[in-house]
Amino acid sequence: MGGWDGLAIMIAVGVGFGAVSIFISSFIGPRNPTPEKMAPYECGMPPVGDARERQSVKFYLIAMIFLLFDIEIAFLGPWAMSIRQLGWPGFVQIVVFFLILVVGYVYVWRKGVLDWGPEHDPDYVHAPSPGPAVIKRYRYGTRN
Amino acid sequence: MMFSAAFDAVIPVICLAMAGLAIMLAESFRLKNESMPLGGLAIIGLLGAGTASIFLWDRNATSFGVVTADNFALFVNLVLVVVGIFTVWFSSQTVHRDKIPAGEFYTLMLFSMVGMMLMVQATDLLLMFLALETMSIAVYVMTGIRRDQAQSTEAAFKYFLLGAFASSFFLYGIAFIYGISGSTSLDRVGSVIAAQSMSGNPMILLAVGLLIVGFGFKVAAVPFHMWSPDAYEGAPAVVTGFMSTGVKAAAVAAFARVFLTALEPMIAEWAPVLWAIAAATMIVGTVVGVAQTSLKRMLAYSSIAHGGYLLVGLVAGNDVGKAAILFYLAAYALTNLGAFGVIALLGTRERANDDLRDYAGLWYSHPALATLMTICLLSLGGFPPTAGFIAKWYVFSAAVGSGYYWLAIIGVLSSVVSVFFYLRVVVMMYMSERDARPVPAPITTIAMTGLALTVFGILYLGILPTRLIDAAQASVATIF
Repeated sequence: MGGWDGLAIMIAVGVGFGAVSIFISSFIGPRNPTPEKMAPYECGMPPVGDARERQSVKFYLIAMIFLLFDIEIAFLGPWAMSIRQLGWPGFVQIVVFFLILVVGYVYVWRKGVLDWGPEHDPDYVHAPSPGPAVIKRYRYGTRN
Repeated sequence: MMFSAAFDAVIPVICLAMAGLAIMLAESFRLKNESMPLGGLAIIGLLGAGTASIFLWDRNATSFGVVTADNFALFVNLVLVVVGIFTVWFSSQTVHRDKIPAGEFYTLMLFSMVGMMLMVQATDLLLMFLALETMSIAVYVMTGIRRDQAQSTEAAFKYFLLGAFASSFFLYGIAFIYGISGSTSLDRVGSVIAAQSMSGNPMILLAVGLLIVGFGFKVAAVPFHMWSPDAYEGAPAVVTGFMSTGVKAAAVAAFARVFLTALEPMIAEWAPVLWAIAAATMIVGTVVGVAQTSLKRMLAYSSIAHGGYLLVGLVAGNDVGKAAILFYLAAYALTNLGAFGVIALLGTRERANDDLRDYAGLWYSHPALATLMTICLLSLGGFPPTAGFIAKWYVFSAAVGSGYYWLAIIGVLSSVVSVFFYLRVVVMMYMSERDARPVPAPITTIAMTGLALTVFGILYLGILPTRLIDAAQASVATIF
């Protein structure tokens, strides 16, 4: 098993440390359950309500778009570092890559994914001229 | 011309990607309710890819050291182009009827075909994995493209979860292959395995097993077939036709490339495993298919069984078997596209009309459609004047040639059983009274022409198969 001993030791130490800490703390730790101690966060805001709420589907879209366009930075960095070695073919390839991403960007833009304001919410209802706008809530089940 | 030579092998893929991007741009600037010939754009891209594949024939072009355009890949490329063209053709009527977003549909279709072609052309396992994901993710979305239907969404979700799981098996297999041979390139892996005696090495057995799981899932081989009836039934019929032919063709071709080039020295180890999988796939696909009352579900099991017949060619592993896989893919693609085309045309927006009862008396209301469907079903069952017969005969003769008599017997017996459920539909169409049900929309001439073309192809391949068989033999001769 030459070369694998270190890995085995690391796994053993990792698992052992966790197991031993949990075991010992449950064994010798003092227990004074007060309401503060029983709260999920001992300091900070007291938690209100359930964390498993429905979120606006827009958040997923934003996360997805971020992921897509973040990749371009991951490609741009290495390309910029080796621009001289890659030469013109490399330049053409990165430009083609960008053009493809631009098509995606145009598509996302035109489809209104980047419109985050309430004016584009189909449930947004303009109030009669004086007075604040009314937004129907709970469209996506969000609570605000 | 260093520059153009570097891109030779990927020209078919570039054509499809450009068409996909053009459709995406057109869709972005499409006004609401404006109709655009987006399907026409897709056809242009597909024809470009097909033409490029024909021009690359016999050239053995390679690009970037990981993409090859050998005749084997080009043959499958051409089959894929046919699949794409007929999918667009049949969808021209159903896209508007079902309110499927046309721009997204065609874009995803072309992008998934980019993945399929790259998967077949890849000579590096990592590129093959990337292509597999490109193909799969687009197909997951296409499965659930009818967001208003709970069944469609459910099918997409099941397909996605299981597919992602299977992809990880595939990737893990690649990791082990890399661990053994220090490379992901098929040539290098093959030479390392051939140079050292690897038999009995647990690492390589594990790697081969994981790869079999990954490919088996995409081919829908038993026991990795659980997703396919649900996904095939829930997806719109046009999409089902596309993924039961395109995805299967790409997966089987990549399966054959990996196992018959890089892992060829290990054939004594993996052939028994694939033997069992092929036998189980044929038996389960037909026996369970008999019990189905939904035509789409029945054809899903039939397509599982056909995956088994394809694997028989792979197990045989001889030259006949390799060519038989290619011929079978072409014959099966045409036949299944025709059958799912009929189902797609008979559906309505609210109901898929895919129960067996819905086909009662079809001969009296749509005689032409019933005739075309009959020929497709006969070809799926393997009756003599059709492509399905030649394809099955070719595969089984390959199995017999390699000494797998039992596999051939199981194949013949299961295809006899499968005739029962194909003929049941035929009996339903000709010999039952039509129920009082809403009559589906009239079928356009364009769609009928497309169906007639697939049926013409089926009969042509059934009566004069030599040209395609010669092409298939020529294309496997160059690489394996």
